[in-house]
Amino acid sequence: MATQSSRAAARLMVAPSVIVLFIWMIVPLAMTIWFSFRIYRLLSPDRTGWAGFRNYAWFFNSPDFWLAISNTLLLVGGVLVITIVLGVLIALLIDQPVWGQGPLRILVISPFFVMPPVAASIWENLFLHPQNGLFAAAAIGVGAQPILFMESYPMASVILIVSWEWLPFATLILLTALQSLSSEQLEAAEMDGASAVNRFRYIVLPHLIRAITVVVLIQTIFLLGIFGEIFTTTQGGPGSASTTLPYMIYKQAVIAKDIGRAAAGGIIAVILANIVAYFLMRSMGKHLDA
Amino acid sequence: MARKVSTRRKLAFTAAAWAVALIIFFPVLWTILTSFKTEASAVASPPEFLGADWTLENYVEVWGRSDYPRFFWNSVVISVGSTLLGLLIAIPAAWSMAFVPGKRTKDLLMWMLSTKMMPAAAVLIPMYLLFQWTGLFDTRIGLVLALMLMNLPVIVWMLYTYFKEIPGEILEAARMDGANLRNEIIYVLTPMAIPGIASTMLLNIILAWNEAFWTITLTTVDAAPLSAFIASFSAPQGLFYAKLSAASTMAIAPILILGWFSQKQLVRGLTFGAVK
Repeated sequence: MATQSSRAAARLMVAPSVIVLFIWMIVPLAMTIWFSFRIYRLLSPDRTGWAGFRNYAWFFNSPDFWLAISNTLLLVGGVLVITIVLGVLIALLIDQPVWGQGPLRILVISPFFVMPPVAASIWENLFLHPQNGLFAAAAIGVGAQPILFMESYPMASVILIVSWEWLPFATLILLTALQSLSSEQLEAAEMDGASAVNRFRYIVLPHLIRAITVVVLIQTIFLLGIFGEIFTTTQGGPGSASTTLPYMIYKQAVIAKDIGRAAAGGIIAVILANIVAYFLMRSMGKHLDA
Repeated sequence: MARKVSTRRKLAFTAAAWAVALIIFFPVLWTILTSFKTEASAVASPPEFLGADWTLENYVEVWGRSDYPRFFWNSVVISVGSTLLGLLIAIPAAWSMAFVPGKRTKDLLMWMLSTKMMPAAAVLIPMYLLFQWTGLFDTRIGLVLALMLMNLPVIVWMLYTYFKEIPGEILEAARMDGANLRNEIIYVLTPMAIPGIASTMLLNIILAWNEAFWTITLTTVDAAPLSAFIASFSAPQGLFYAKLSAASTMAIAPILILGWFSQKQLVRGLTFGAVK
């Protein structure tokens, strides 16, 4: 049914999306590349000129850089593992015959609707705060010393907050997938004497692979750029303990006001994201029918 | 689900599932409760549940101290505006990708999604300068454009998965019955596409409402939405918990309620059609 003219029309209909997205991507990228080779400091505007690769060199030589890279990967990996493992367990639980599945879903999805700065500030203040937080009250209640979450465990605290935000997404997608699993298959396996663990391992888990793929793909896209939660809570500290790559770039741009260096960091972040994207798309692409 | 389950087993699972769901929901619930306490009651140790001093004064004070209606209106304009503009551009694209797929359709979709992988912080300065030069800085139209472009890949992809499920045969049947293209679109395709478009719209309003990087960095006063409103409240010390909670509740309530009513469609859309 696709004739020559309908193909041309189709291309015309796709064009606006592709063109605006291309501009949105290429213009800032080109500017960032340009700045990354320039000397461009807002605090000393008289000094201009080419910097060669010095801005890049600064990043690679900075002790914070490798920490920021590992923090970024730790954040993405940690949140993925926590949300998928807990998500599978919670989805299995809700998928059991229970009363009030509708209201349950509403409670579970709620964190997804909370905007990141709100999520970060209620966790930081109402829960993790060492004097007034609920966790501190619980610690005092059992006679323990309150934990200084943001000071002693900054990355773990950020991972906790972000995992809470993304757990609903993982859980509900996994639940949707579970509900399409035929119960006859499970019953047959049960009659044949397969244990609960084996039923999960050989029937449920393979069925969930597509859903897990989707969760990994979508969450990684959002998690690589996580910024607001760190900005609101630890500000990358103490020291640089919870500085991720996006936050390190932000510090160069806004606090150190060195646009050249920030741009070099930006290009490094784009390259890193592309490497992650490449592996992700390659391994996941086949699971998504497009 | 024809499996026979004993009542006791069902009771145990129900209790466990509700316990887990309440733990997940608890931070939201606790914030809402705290917003109705006096400041002293909010930080009382041990924490007060039912015996707290309930009050509405936090809402009165937050309302009086900041221009909530303006932030709220900015959020509405930006999230709805960027979503509608996005749909306008994405519907034809998703449509043709679903009904006239080419060899490169899949690559094109993947490429679109990959544009979202560029960390926003990486392009903060160029974006800031571009917005300054074009006069879009701190304007609602500027944010509408930025968020539309940010979410466009998601919109295209979601619509594509919905449209792809509309069977092509139905079009042929309509054509056999003598429908022309215009009637085909109005009477056959539109009614079938509406649910998909509606849930795409909802999801993107939520994503845009909760966006908190560009909405904070590209605004100062005039166009600042609720994400900026809450950022201005997030340096609390001492007796500030109840007001922070009230401001938080005011920022999330509209979208929380919208989300509750539409959660089924949202989840389905978010799976990008890969999970049935």
